Amino acid sequence: MKLPYNKGDVVPVRDGYGKALLQLGINNSDVLVLDADLAKSTRSDWFAQNYPLRFFDVGIAEQNMVGVASGLSLTGHIPFITTYSVFVTGRAFDQIRNTVCFSNLNVKIVGSHSGLSVGPDGGSHQCLEDIALMNVLPNMTVLCPCDANEAYIMTLWAADFEGPVYIRLAREATEVIVTENYSSQPGRAVFFNKGKDGYVISHSVIGSNVSKAIEILEKEGLFLSHVNFSTIKPLDICFLESIAHENLPVFIIEEHFLSGSLTSIIATWSALNKPIKIHSLNLNDTFGESGSPNELYDKYGFTPEKIASYIENMINR
Amino acid sequence: MDESYLVKKSNLVRKKILGIIFRAGSGHPGGSLSAVEIGTALFFHILNHDPKNPCLPERDRFILSKGHAAPLLYVLLQESGYFPEQWLETFRELNSPLQGHPSSIKCPGIEISTGSLGQGLSICCGIALGNRQKNLNCYAFTLLGDGELDEGQVWEAAMFASHFKLSNVIAFIDRNGLQIDGTTEKIMALEPLSEKWKSFGWDVHTINGHSFADIIMSVDNAKKSPKPSVIIANTIKGKGVSFMENNASWHGKAPNKIEYELAMKELILSINT
Repeated sequence: MKLPYNKGDVVPVRDGYGKALLQLGINNSDVLVLDADLAKSTRSDWFAQNYPLRFFDVGIAEQNMVGVASGLSLTGHIPFITTYSVFVTGRAFDQIRNTVCFSNLNVKIVGSHSGLSVGPDGGSHQCLEDIALMNVLPNMTVLCPCDANEAYIMTLWAADFEGPVYIRLAREATEVIVTENYSSQPGRAVFFNKGKDGYVISHSVIGSNVSKAIEILEKEGLFLSHVNFSTIKPLDICFLESIAHENLPVFIIEEHFLSGSLTSIIATWSALNKPIKIHSLNLNDTFGESGSPNELYDKYGFTPEKIASYIENMINR
Repeated sequence: MDESYLVKKSNLVRKKILGIIFRAGSGHPGGSLSAVEIGTALFFHILNHDPKNPCLPERDRFILSKGHAAPLLYVLLQESGYFPEQWLETFRELNSPLQGHPSSIKCPGIEISTGSLGQGLSICCGIALGNRQKNLNCYAFTLLGDGELDEGQVWEAAMFASHFKLSNVIAFIDRNGLQIDGTTEKIMALEPLSEKWKSFGWDVHTINGHSFADIIMSVDNAKKSPKPSVIIANTIKGKGVSFMENNASWHGKAPNKIEYELAMKELILSINT
């Protein structure tokens, strides 16, 4: 697949979503896009500019947006609804649960501005629980692209997939790490690189900092595999089984509350099935706060240096 | 309109509603009985639908926003021929297609699952918009409870429908004046209700919700309007069974054997007089 960005480009993951919508504008006339007054910010505006008759701004009314999208899906359309993740997954949770998922509707929910990297808007806007909320719902697929290219791939995939999908996006420009050689389809965890000393699992945009952390560790003589676990649900059990018997440390790095996170999901699987030695860097029962993305990453331990030192300390402990 | 046919049908619908709730030992009689004429008029006169082809794109759609009136919907669907009569006996049982609240996954003829209040009008707006995008000339109907209007999402949808000029949306409000904890005016006052909808840009029709002539005429008028239309149907909760009428305690409980037999006797007498 031809991807919109080159490795090393620094672009927001939401841009990949915007580019994919433009592609769907051409390829799939069933696709309609809705936004709740954040179209410029979420990049759904790019679609709106090009396909004004297929775009609907519903105003600041997320619950209605989910309901309208549900109705659109009943008439054979494929609605993509976009707003900040905190507003759609939280405020409209009941609509997603009782209408979209309970009826198993073909609605695509795209939550931008997840994670700490939202920055100065502060804790009210930094969604750190969307994975917990969406993963718990039957029929839902949960996708957390690591960069703009993967957001592009996953958005196109979601349009072809029949059923509810949640796609987690972020605000801050981050480094593109997915290249055209990356052959994965959603559903499988993928190795970015392989090492003998353990696994580092990430999802969402923190993946680029994790890549840099692994480079730092290589200079220290520690060689870790970097696994992009961008499909949270359905859980890639084959991958977990493949690493469970190796008895190597597994580090999970995520901008999400520990409760309901990928860490908690994998830990549950492991406790019930095969033991995996898990270490996790996340936010434990605390909201985010204002600050620049880099300041927040530094304070909460998500810079490449801090991720590297956390991993090194855990291995040498 | 063959009014005597609709009157007979509505009497049968009432008896079947009580029958399945009695058999199940639970369910919502009050708000099912209040909307019997609305439902009967829709399914046996107004809606363009074909139970043998339930997925026809150009069909009119009906969304039961007040999902707890599931007994009404099930009886209407069965009487229309969407599924066999024996299914009614399984209402609320394990493995039944007739869940306590309507589930579109389990039962044919149900457009979408409902049960959590306040969501049907938004869904209806989406259907109406989707049909308009496809140049399909059909209508999206919904039935809301009046207590349900407490939900903010209803008013989000009301704004949406008029903003996008969804003249193909027709919403009934079952204005029986009661919600679980008491009268709507005591719990969360709705009046002046007609003015509220008018100010949101809707055409408003206030009717006697137990009159087939009123129901059918209001829908005919609604279809001529360039605006979305709401039909405020004044009804009696528990209509048709004297001891259930206007009594909020019959919102969500089944009659015992004596009450059931008494109710059936009343309904049989009412059609024969």
